[in-house]
Amino acid sequence: MSAPASRNKLVKWIDDRLPVFTLMQHSAIDYPTPKNLNYWWNFGSLALFVMIIMILTGIFLAMNYTPHTAHAFESVERIMRDVNYGWLLRYLHMNGASMFFLVVFIHIFRGLYYGSYKNPREILWWIGLLIFFSMMATAFLGYVLPWGQMSFWGATVITNLFSAIPVVGQSIVTWLWGGFSVDNPTLNRFFALHYLLPFVMFALVFIHLWALHTVKSGNPLGIDVKGPQDTIPFHPYFTIKDLYGIGLLLIVYLYFVFYAPNFFGEPDNYIPANPMVTPPHIVPEWYFLPFYAILRAVPDKLFGVILMFASILVLFLLPWLDTSKVRSARFRPIYKQLFWLFLIDCLVLGYIGAKPPEGGYVLVGRIATIYYFAHFAFLPILGWIERPRPLPESISAPVIKGGAAKMMEKA
Amino acid sequence: MRRFVVSVLSAAAFAVSVSALPPAASASEGAHLEKQKWSWSGLFGSYDQAALKRGFQVYNEVCANCHSLKLVAYRNLAEIGFGEDEIKAIAGVKELEDGPNDQGEMFTRFAKASDHFVPPFKNDQAARVANGGALPPDLSLITKARLNGPDYVYNLLLGYKDTPPADVTLMPGMSYNAVFPGSQIGMPPQIFDGLVTYADGTKATPEQITKDVVTFLNWAAEPELNARHGMGAKTLIFLLVLTALFYALKRQIWSDVH
Repeated sequence: MSAPASRNKLVKWIDDRLPVFTLMQHSAIDYPTPKNLNYWWNFGSLALFVMIIMILTGIFLAMNYTPHTAHAFESVERIMRDVNYGWLLRYLHMNGASMFFLVVFIHIFRGLYYGSYKNPREILWWIGLLIFFSMMATAFLGYVLPWGQMSFWGATVITNLFSAIPVVGQSIVTWLWGGFSVDNPTLNRFFALHYLLPFVMFALVFIHLWALHTVKSGNPLGIDVKGPQDTIPFHPYFTIKDLYGIGLLLIVYLYFVFYAPNFFGEPDNYIPANPMVTPPHIVPEWYFLPFYAILRAVPDKLFGVILMFASILVLFLLPWLDTSKVRSARFRPIYKQLFWLFLIDCLVLGYIGAKPPEGGYVLVGRIATIYYFAHFAFLPILGWIERPRPLPESISAPVIKGGAAKMMEKA
Repeated sequence: MRRFVVSVLSAAAFAVSVSALPPAASASEGAHLEKQKWSWSGLFGSYDQAALKRGFQVYNEVCANCHSLKLVAYRNLAEIGFGEDEIKAIAGVKELEDGPNDQGEMFTRFAKASDHFVPPFKNDQAARVANGGALPPDLSLITKARLNGPDYVYNLLLGYKDTPPADVTLMPGMSYNAVFPGSQIGMPPQIFDGLVTYADGTKATPEQITKDVVTFLNWAAEPELNARHGMGAKTLIFLLVLTALFYALKRQIWSDVH
């Protein structure tokens, strides 16, 4: 790849010293992208877009927020009532969190369906999971900041999970709290960390993109790019496709912001935190519900916590658990079925997580939890017993017989 | 066939999960709420200004004797159509403690437009003592802090029964209200025919009074709603056009890719 053919002397002067223009040319304009990407490949750029909105709205919210137990709730209401367009900033931030998770969940399931975690994209996958981890931490910390009833009790329940650790558990919880209960020191550090983690995430996203641009995008066929005939430059093809995706996302996102801003929230969080009154149901935000269901599926607290963390950690092993050489589920008749069953299982877990742990919900939650892990346990065997359908020759000639020859002739 | 089964199953599970997800703990709120038509619901919904003014009158004459409205300032009443002098008059009869003055003494003064609504009690403990041990909640966010808030408050205010069902034994000082969780509520029935005399001549039926005060309370909780809906409609129309243009451009640019 050559440096951008710019005749502008200033551009050349800068580029000779710091090749930012060359970098942009390589990574955002020329970047060869498989030409058969479908719309499921839009969700990576959507996630980046939502993250930028979250960071920007977050910075302006932080300018008006007070991280003190006596003032936090009122300072949020002050943002809603007295800060110019404060209600817009806050509702964008609140609903942005839900949109971020929605987009990232689809992005992850895209990866699961098309085998995006396989050789040579293992590290790309890992970085993605690290981003997901820090997203969850950031979301949890942020939910505590308005200091409503659900903020307080959510923080109490989640931090108490660490007390399950043998011997040192209670000391760790005290250390996390900065005291002997969730209180002002907890709120202070949560605010500091909620401000810090997005920038850690931003760095991770940069590394994610670096890894992506090293190994290049996968594609729905899951076969390697054979040559320039298989790719098109990122600009203008994917810049416009991503813009179209952003337009669609914004319609959904802003519908919630303007017309149902509290749809994803809990009414209880509009009641100021009160350590003396426990809400009848303590429910996490919707995006944590599947993990919450796994946590509660186990009667033993420590084992429940371990299982909950394992449900994400197992994804790190996925590149080796899945022994099939074929990436795309399109050519894996059994895996394709299992993928959908796994997705249903995750939705069932989410449903159970929202329900009180009683009666039939407990049993369904346990079966769904077992199935979650059974799915991963079965993958290595599946790779050996499954007979994949024949792969196409190349991206440009996706049809095996007849059609391919015709297309080659045309070309 | 297997594919079909899987897709039907997934559609069903998705439908169940999605419909059950967000208002998660809905199961606990037992009583059936009779849904009302609120002027502010819907894409172009906005507050009924006359109802807001009437609702403020109900709050001010009735609710404010026990319930605070701490997050709202008297100056905010300008948004629901009160003039500067009216606001001064409304605030000017409420006393609050301020200070210290230059002698180091706390003193009592009348409220100004810039003050927040003066609470009826000095503190929560005083409120409990005056109300048989029950704490009347602050109403600033009441319609947001309950599931289906406006309908809940409406049904609650009209949900009293003079004689509780045979299997319910009321605790002393409590009233029976089927809408309230636990059915026993510390607040006695408040809404009666002719409870207030509306300045605009509207007939003060219990339903009318309740509807007006809920409208006012929803404004207190979401004063930005009119601006939000107005901006929302414009934004979404703009986005629909913009996205359609992006789509057309995408088709155009991609037309040479095979």
